[in-house]
Amino acid sequence: MYSVAKLTDYSAAALDAAVRELLSALDAEAATVKSDAEWKAFRDRWMARKNGVLTLVNDLWLKAAPKDAKRDIGQRVNELKTQVEQTVESTQQRMQGGASSARLATDRVDITLPGIRRPVGAEHPVIKTLNEIVGVFRNLGYSVQEGPVIETDYYNFEALNFPPNHPARDTQDTLFVAKQGSKPARERLLLRTHTSPVQVRTMEAMKPPLRIVIPGKVHRNDPPDASHSPMFHQVEGLAVDTNITFGDLKGTLDHAMKALFGSSVKTHFRPSFFPFTEPSAEMMVSCFICGGSGKRGSEPCRPCKTTGWIEILGCGMVDPNVFEFVKGNGYDPKKVSGFAFGMGADRIAILKYGVDDIQLFFQGDVRFLEQWR
Amino acid sequence: MNMKLSPTWIRDFVALPVDDHRLAEDLTSIGIAVEGISGGGDSTVFEMEIGTNRPDAMNHYGVAREASAFYDVPLKLISPKLTSAAKAASTARSGGTIEVVPFPITIEEANLCPRFTARVVRGVKIRPSPANVVQRLGLLDQRPINNAVDATNYTLWEIGKPTHVFDLDLLEGGKIIVRRARDGETLKTLDGVERKLTTEDLVVADGRKPVGLAGVMGGFDTMITDKTRNILIESAWWDPAMVRKMSRRHGIHTDASHRFERGADYESTVLSCDRVAELILQSGGGELVGDVVDVVAKRIDQAPVALHLAEVRRILGEELGTNEILGILKRLGFESVPEPGEEAEFTVHIPSWRLDVEREIDLIEEIARLHGYDKFANKLPAFSGAVIDQPDQAKDQKLRSLLLALGYNEAVSLSFISHEDAAKFSPMPAIELANPISDEASVMRNSIVPGILGMVAYNLNRGSDNVRLFEAGPVWEASGPKAMELKRVCMGATGSAVAASVNQGARPLSFFDLKGDMETLLEAFECDALCYDSNAAEYYHPGRSARAVMDGATVAQFGQIDPEKAARKLRQDVWLGEIFLDRLYTHSLRQVRYQALPRYPAVERDFSMVFGDAVGFEKIQQAVMGLGIAELRSFVPVEIFRGGAVPAGKYSILLRATLQSGERTLREDEVAQWSGKIINALEGLGGMLRAS
Repeated sequence: MYSVAKLTDYSAAALDAAVRELLSALDAEAATVKSDAEWKAFRDRWMARKNGVLTLVNDLWLKAAPKDAKRDIGQRVNELKTQVEQTVESTQQRMQGGASSARLATDRVDITLPGIRRPVGAEHPVIKTLNEIVGVFRNLGYSVQEGPVIETDYYNFEALNFPPNHPARDTQDTLFVAKQGSKPARERLLLRTHTSPVQVRTMEAMKPPLRIVIPGKVHRNDPPDASHSPMFHQVEGLAVDTNITFGDLKGTLDHAMKALFGSSVKTHFRPSFFPFTEPSAEMMVSCFICGGSGKRGSEPCRPCKTTGWIEILGCGMVDPNVFEFVKGNGYDPKKVSGFAFGMGADRIAILKYGVDDIQLFFQGDVRFLEQWR
Repeated sequence: MNMKLSPTWIRDFVALPVDDHRLAEDLTSIGIAVEGISGGGDSTVFEMEIGTNRPDAMNHYGVAREASAFYDVPLKLISPKLTSAAKAASTARSGGTIEVVPFPITIEEANLCPRFTARVVRGVKIRPSPANVVQRLGLLDQRPINNAVDATNYTLWEIGKPTHVFDLDLLEGGKIIVRRARDGETLKTLDGVERKLTTEDLVVADGRKPVGLAGVMGGFDTMITDKTRNILIESAWWDPAMVRKMSRRHGIHTDASHRFERGADYESTVLSCDRVAELILQSGGGELVGDVVDVVAKRIDQAPVALHLAEVRRILGEELGTNEILGILKRLGFESVPEPGEEAEFTVHIPSWRLDVEREIDLIEEIARLHGYDKFANKLPAFSGAVIDQPDQAKDQKLRSLLLALGYNEAVSLSFISHEDAAKFSPMPAIELANPISDEASVMRNSIVPGILGMVAYNLNRGSDNVRLFEAGPVWEASGPKAMELKRVCMGATGSAVAASVNQGARPLSFFDLKGDMETLLEAFECDALCYDSNAAEYYHPGRSARAVMDGATVAQFGQIDPEKAARKLRQDVWLGEIFLDRLYTHSLRQVRYQALPRYPAVERDFSMVFGDAVGFEKIQQAVMGLGIAELRSFVPVEIFRGGAVPAGKYSILLRATLQSGERTLREDEVAQWSGKIINALEGLGGMLRAS
């Protein structure tokens, strides 16, 4: 093992040789260090104040040197000190590195195993759709209104310009509440067949101008099958002001459809009939499944029946007869005009997600519901 | 109403510049919806959907009229050729003088039958209809019967006016009377059903008996048979409401009643009568007897409508020119007469086939529809109002987002339940339906529990063992003659609280999972006192259920379902929670009250006690909190142990008090003093200190 010898020759060449010998011993010994304990011994052998190699170098080389050589020796000893410190430190780093990587190796997990999941609930696709539609109209300044599911004949039909015994009532297969015979016809209870009664209820309560959006459950006497449910969900809208025109109806709904289905969808209106609007219209949107082409690849597009258009809602200008029922609250049909629209959230969800059976919405099958997580 | 029409037939009346597909598109664009096209060439069929307000377009001529207005091409008149034949026949028989044979017709109910037109044809041969009639009716799925009946059917589909043919020789008494039926009278209708009549019914009768249910269906005993030689053709106009009532009462819906109850063309009774006669004469020979008998008991008053151009533009916008407006109306058969001295006001006379047009707005719709809806520019209206939220919107959203975060899937069940479930799951009377879909869906739900239980069971039956569902929605209760609508939340859970994996074992759901979820939900609301007792409804397991009482009102109940009481077959434990939102929502959402973070350390002290089973944690907590130690930050149970060294009927509990001051570091002697007080309080409850 290397030991520090007294210098006899203080020539530069002799000093060089002595330094070289010391440094190569340092590196050689550093290379043999394999453990923490060995490193500590190594550190002490070279750096201990008592009998450490550096201390000996200081004593044997520097202190013993003749005056004229002290300056040169001092500089070399300082350099050696730095070298030794660096080597000791780097050896320690090598030690620690090795130890922690050994630990990390044993701590290793199989990161390809599945994670621990906390269950998270899924929004119901119909409620989600309902909320999305309401959100679009809220952003346009529409307030949300709600109304009762069990309605009177008056609000569900009469005030919406479905006179008693009118054939238009046949189009709404109505579920009636039992034991209503003793009441006047207009007070008899039924399950609302559309959310439109809330139009009249709101106009009774609030003066124009008015902008409301009405989400809610509706019921019809339709036995359940893949495309029918006795319960479904509608979103109704109503805007009344002093100068609302048919163009406002079209523009508002066109904007709403772009917000719901993407800015590239187009809308198209055609005449229809609803007792409570006139002119009445059906609105079609360009099919958001096939982009209006009527085809998905080489297959025909089913949601739009290859027409490229999907019938999405009914709408129209509020019929003056409806305003007549609330004329006293500021709805003089000669002064105000308005538009109304209504759409089925279940149907839109069916189209949007390609669900093939409306019953799936109401069975609570978690394999179905969790797809909306 | 869905019906089939033949474009070739439509083209009989109008020369159209487009092919069938384009015709279909254009008709649809003006509201005469062609929903589908099938076949080809002369056999092309349009599947039509005609709105209930447009009986005039439920036939070929009516659709041709619309097409003529749209393309601005002339509409051909239908003029049956009868006169010469009739004259010849009559002349031949009576030797030079024209013998008019008026068949006496009496209308007793002028309001219900304003007009009754008839013709007599003699010497007809009843045989199958000619090929062209059979082919055209066939396209519309109309079954050919014989030439006389087919003539009425052909006329109905051609010009929309229902007519009827009687075997003249089976009419007794030589006359027709339109009258109310007498109580006790019966009529066997063409469908072979014997109908009991009342004075609510309007009938066509001969001298002795009813022979037709007015506007709905003819009588069986006077129908055309192979033996028929002489025919009475009826073309009447019936009161729409009357026809509708009879059709409903007797449960008969016919092509005739469908049109009469929506309003047929009052002025087409003679035309249709003539057209039927013409078709019969063409196919079955015979001769007309005399002229048409046209009894008008009452005029139908179709008042002209005032049209203001300003009103048209107020509703439709400024873009419509006066010439276009007037042109559209003219092409549809409306006659607009300018009001003297008023440039922008017109009196519009309504054609007889458009009984649906009664008001200015009806005219505006005609203008909009023929202008083309898609041509109106899209605009967005200006608005100065503010958005108002529903009062409970923030609360609904808070609960919904918490429930989703707690792992419950949002579900929606139907609003109907059975009588049995309504009685089982709510003490409140349910609302019954008069015409339910089924017995299992005969009342409006007064609880969401049956719905949630049904859905949980549905999942268990399909192999999904871990289920968490919630539904937020209305329930209904009868309140005297009124219906109350109340909002509820119902949660259902079954299976594991923690699913088994390579990382950890499964832990089944327990009461405390439900309670924890309920605490999380209720904690979102402000209240002075929230406590739990064991008075949940009886369909819960009595020892594993609780009721949450917030400031004196029951806001929730939850726990394990008792499958026996709930009458449900469930192959594993099912947990339920119900929140009564009407009561919970009397509380506001919890306000955040910020507190500065503590600057001084907290001290914890544990107390290991043994209590009798009768001492519940709530009592322990109340006793300790009742000490009023301001520095006591929390007092919680850490461990509970039964059995082993702990005698039966007792349990060991490790309790942890956390003490902290906002002003200083607590001194050892203070903590010791408080600990002493706590131990005293616990011993006051019968607790025994095990170790400290």
